[in-house]
Amino acid sequence: MAAAEEASRPFAGLSDVSISEDIPVEGDISVPVGPSTRRDEEFSTLDEPVKETILRDLRAVGNKFIHVLYPKRSTALLRDWDLWGPLLLCVTLALLLQGGAADSDDQGGPQFAEVFVIIWFGSIIITLNSKLLGGTISFFQSLCVLGYCILPLTVAMAVCRIVLVGGSGTVSFAVRLVVVTASFGWSTFASTAFLADSQPPDRKALVVYPVFLFYFVIGWMILTFSPSQ
Amino acid sequence: MASANDPFQFQEFEEAGHLLEANRDATTISIEEDDIKPDKQRKAAGFTPDGDDEDPLASDDKTELLSGPKKSVPFWTFEYYQRFFDIETHHVKERIIGSVLPWPGKNFIHVHLRRNPDLYGPFWICTTLVFAIAISGNISNFLVHLGKPNYKYTPEFRKVTIAATAIFSYAWFVPLALWGFLLWRNNKIMNLVSYSFMEIVCVYGYSLAIYIPAVVLWIIPFEWLRWCSIVVALFLSGSVLVMTFWPAVRDDHPKVIIAVLSAIAVLNILLAVGCKAYFFSKPEAVLPAAATEVTKAPSST
Repeated sequence: MAAAEEASRPFAGLSDVSISEDIPVEGDISVPVGPSTRRDEEFSTLDEPVKETILRDLRAVGNKFIHVLYPKRSTALLRDWDLWGPLLLCVTLALLLQGGAADSDDQGGPQFAEVFVIIWFGSIIITLNSKLLGGTISFFQSLCVLGYCILPLTVAMAVCRIVLVGGSGTVSFAVRLVVVTASFGWSTFASTAFLADSQPPDRKALVVYPVFLFYFVIGWMILTFSPSQ
Repeated sequence: MASANDPFQFQEFEEAGHLLEANRDATTISIEEDDIKPDKQRKAAGFTPDGDDEDPLASDDKTELLSGPKKSVPFWTFEYYQRFFDIETHHVKERIIGSVLPWPGKNFIHVHLRRNPDLYGPFWICTTLVFAIAISGNISNFLVHLGKPNYKYTPEFRKVTIAATAIFSYAWFVPLALWGFLLWRNNKIMNLVSYSFMEIVCVYGYSLAIYIPAVVLWIIPFEWLRWCSIVVALFLSGSVLVMTFWPAVRDDHPKVIIAVLSAIAVLNILLAVGCKAYFFSKPEAVLPAAATEVTKAPSST
């Protein structure tokens, strides 16, 4: 009852309130900045030693290599994409494909620039294709996946060069064929494991076929590498 | 054909349909025309619709109607090109099979494309063909020179660029020329059938699909086998093209009909024979690059 009476006369109880001088009306209204300074320190990488910066990126790249070598459906590759790994693999592969019959003019093997163009241009075309078909993956994520999945083929190239040191007869060709075929299958399987979930269900084959063609062409370049005599 | 309780089946539109046909623009798309045009085109082209042809066409029109009107976007946006990738795996399979097995009376554009031309098929078939030609040519040269002592194997990577130039020019410039020519004749003669540029590119792209197995077959270094497979491939792809463009030139002057159809066939032959001569050397002698034949193909329009 008293409360209702009080409520019906709003501000009635305030008529006799006055501010006395001894109530402090000063203070500090700044927000406590404890947590945000901690966050700032985490992201400010200017003061850390260079070795740590480089190692952090290398560890991220290495982590993704492991994901490619043991492919299972995961979003690790997609979440933090980076293009350092693909660049590293592409340069390694292009360098390994050099030195084949390099002394003659019409060597016929792919130049460094040709390998580069095929890998990057091919990845861009496949990414555009998958986006045009309605894929939900972003442009750089797709480039990242396609680039990282070249790892098995780069390993196969290194193995082929070692095998070719021993000779280039039929046996070495058979060994190289088996190695390249296995790594080509591995690359295609790994990239589809990462890309499969982002495609509309009735167009999966349309998206996988260009990836298959891309790794097939790279595998062909590796298989036909013939060293200079 | 028209059922009374189906609201999307138009029942009697004979006169209106003929009026529409006279000044219809093939690139405008509206829901109503989508339903009438395939029916009228089939009747005009003299097809006898059988039961199999009827039902998929009707249900396809229904799904087109239900999917809503297509809006036109400017050609510099991404969405414009997404329109040409609006197909599914089974569509691509059907189109490829339809391009390698020409059936008399079944026009590829009407039966398979159904106003939904795609760029996926032509682009990836051309790319596959480029790499197939380069790789098969390389393998066949290696097999031909296998026993010779002074032969050094080279991957011949340059040939990929040449193959790509030849095939992509054929797949884009010849349709451009044909489309321009048909447009010019359309002004003089009222044609019942007119094709859009994308549909012509689509037909040409899919017609190259038969060459992929043919090119792989050319690895085997027997001349008679190569010529047999060339003739079969030429016959199949040439007949698909001729049967597709026959309704478009049928009402024209006989000389123009013969000129157009023979130009289509001759360019096809030039491409096939040129590729065979340039990339695949004869078993008895290493022949010099017949590059003139290859470059004649796109420029002799």
